[in-house]
Amino acid sequence: MSIWSVLITPFAEYAFMRSALVACMALAVASGPLGTLLLLRRMGLVGDVLSHAVMPGAAVGFALAGSALVVLSTGGLLTGIAVALLMILGTRFGAQREDASLAAFYFASIGVGVLIVSLRGTNLDLMHVLLGTVLAIDLPALVLIVAIASVVVAVLALIFRPLAIQSFDPDFLRTMGGNDTAYRAIFLALVVLDLVAGFQAFGTLLAGVPLLLPAAAARCWAQRIGPLVGLSIGFGMAAGYAGLLVSYHLNVPSGPAIACAAALVYAVSALASASRMLVTALNATRPT
Amino acid sequence: MTEPSNLDAAKSQRRDVVRCGVILRDLTVRYGERIAVEAVSGVFAPGSLTAIVGANGAGKTTLLNAIAGLVAPRRGSIEITGGKSPADLAYLPQRDSIDRDFPISVLEFAALGGWARIGGLGRVPPQLRSCGLNALQAVGLETLADRMLGELSVGQFRRALFARVIVQDAAIVLLDEPFAGVDATTSDDLLKLLRRWQGEGRTVMVALHDLEQVLAMFPETLLLARRAIFWGETATALMPEKLLEAGLAPPRPGSSPRLRLVMPS
Repeated sequence: MSIWSVLITPFAEYAFMRSALVACMALAVASGPLGTLLLLRRMGLVGDVLSHAVMPGAAVGFALAGSALVVLSTGGLLTGIAVALLMILGTRFGAQREDASLAAFYFASIGVGVLIVSLRGTNLDLMHVLLGTVLAIDLPALVLIVAIASVVVAVLALIFRPLAIQSFDPDFLRTMGGNDTAYRAIFLALVVLDLVAGFQAFGTLLAGVPLLLPAAAARCWAQRIGPLVGLSIGFGMAAGYAGLLVSYHLNVPSGPAIACAAALVYAVSALASASRMLVTALNATRPT
Repeated sequence: MTEPSNLDAAKSQRRDVVRCGVILRDLTVRYGERIAVEAVSGVFAPGSLTAIVGANGAGKTTLLNAIAGLVAPRRGSIEITGGKSPADLAYLPQRDSIDRDFPISVLEFAALGGWARIGGLGRVPPQLRSCGLNALQAVGLETLADRMLGELSVGQFRRALFARVIVQDAAIVLLDEPFAGVDATTSDDLLKLLRRWQGEGRTVMVALHDLEQVLAMFPETLLLARRAIFWGETATALMPEKLLEAGLAPPRPGSSPRLRLVMPS
């Protein structure tokens, strides 16, 4: 078995592998910068909760129309946006502490979503909604994912500077005449959109993987925002490619395989960063 | 208290700083049911240097926040005369919401002052770099330009905030307790900077609690206790009976020698 046949042949021979690969690449390109901003804003948990908020809507879509893609995505988009709006209102009027309301959204979304899917579908349908079917992505699904990724990248390119400033000095942006709530809302909308795209491939449980893990790994290597974004995209692509290969050769589910690959990238990065810090600390204590 | 009519008298142009004033009319700000600032009217004339003095909770920060546009007035109005855009106003808050861990260098942070002129999509002018370096030099941080913001000490961070205000080159500068938590050298340096700003024709307002500093440096004072107790010449504002009315203890007689050092000769 040559290296070529291990690394390239699966994609050369099977259209579904190519579709999956293109979907992973598109998700990586959109999720890299978005995830970097999300972590810089210390909103990792919010991303996680929003990925589950997609589920109830997708589940209602499933109950109404089976696994029709457009209905699933629209439903997911609607509940995702609704939860994002509730979050903005919640932080503006501050009725509850944010972490408490996040936990409530998280569990409510999963509970409601699983209930609705189970009413109409089988356990297999439930697995598909929860973990996605990256190898079953057909052309319409692929077009949807790539279109969403393009929109996310285009909007980010337009408002990257205000979003970056807002992530670390929101009052400065406001005194400069920037609309704080508008930027917050647009950012959350982009996150929801990206998660709806990710939902097609990774399901509601793993939709946050391309968004959060590559960006978290990048933070172990880079200090500046440019390299952070670049590394996040690179890590996301590498994890997608490696995960698909592993799932093909070992005949394991592809979504979880990609999640494991991304987690491995993060683990190696975190270890490397920790060992660098250890070496620095040891050098500092060594008598000169 | 000055009236809008004396704005014209103060229109002597110096340098190319846009001359802006701020007119408050019956300004009232509330947080829920609590009144923070009540019925304050008056004028910060273009080129004036005003101290805002008052006890804790007297509404100094709220007043500055309102002028900066961070809180909306419940009643009354704030008019900025001569100004065209938000770029004309720089605000240095006392308790900022800045995330120190954000990956940004000290130079980049100072250069953010150019944001109002560049915006989200504008090209970054090549001179912004030298502009930022000059500002860092003015506050004594030029050797730390390439450090990350999170590596600065409290006093150095304060200086970096001043550098951003310098780059912003605004006609109106609002400072809220700018010398809180910084050492004497830093606060002396920053006071000189303040003096320079006024010389350049900027309109500067500073919330302060050090009355000796106010007496030494500021021609005008707004004495605040939710409403304006007095607004005008500093010597009058700091008379003991006025201070008592504002709930403040008059300063002990005999000023500290350090203050004489920073007084302009």
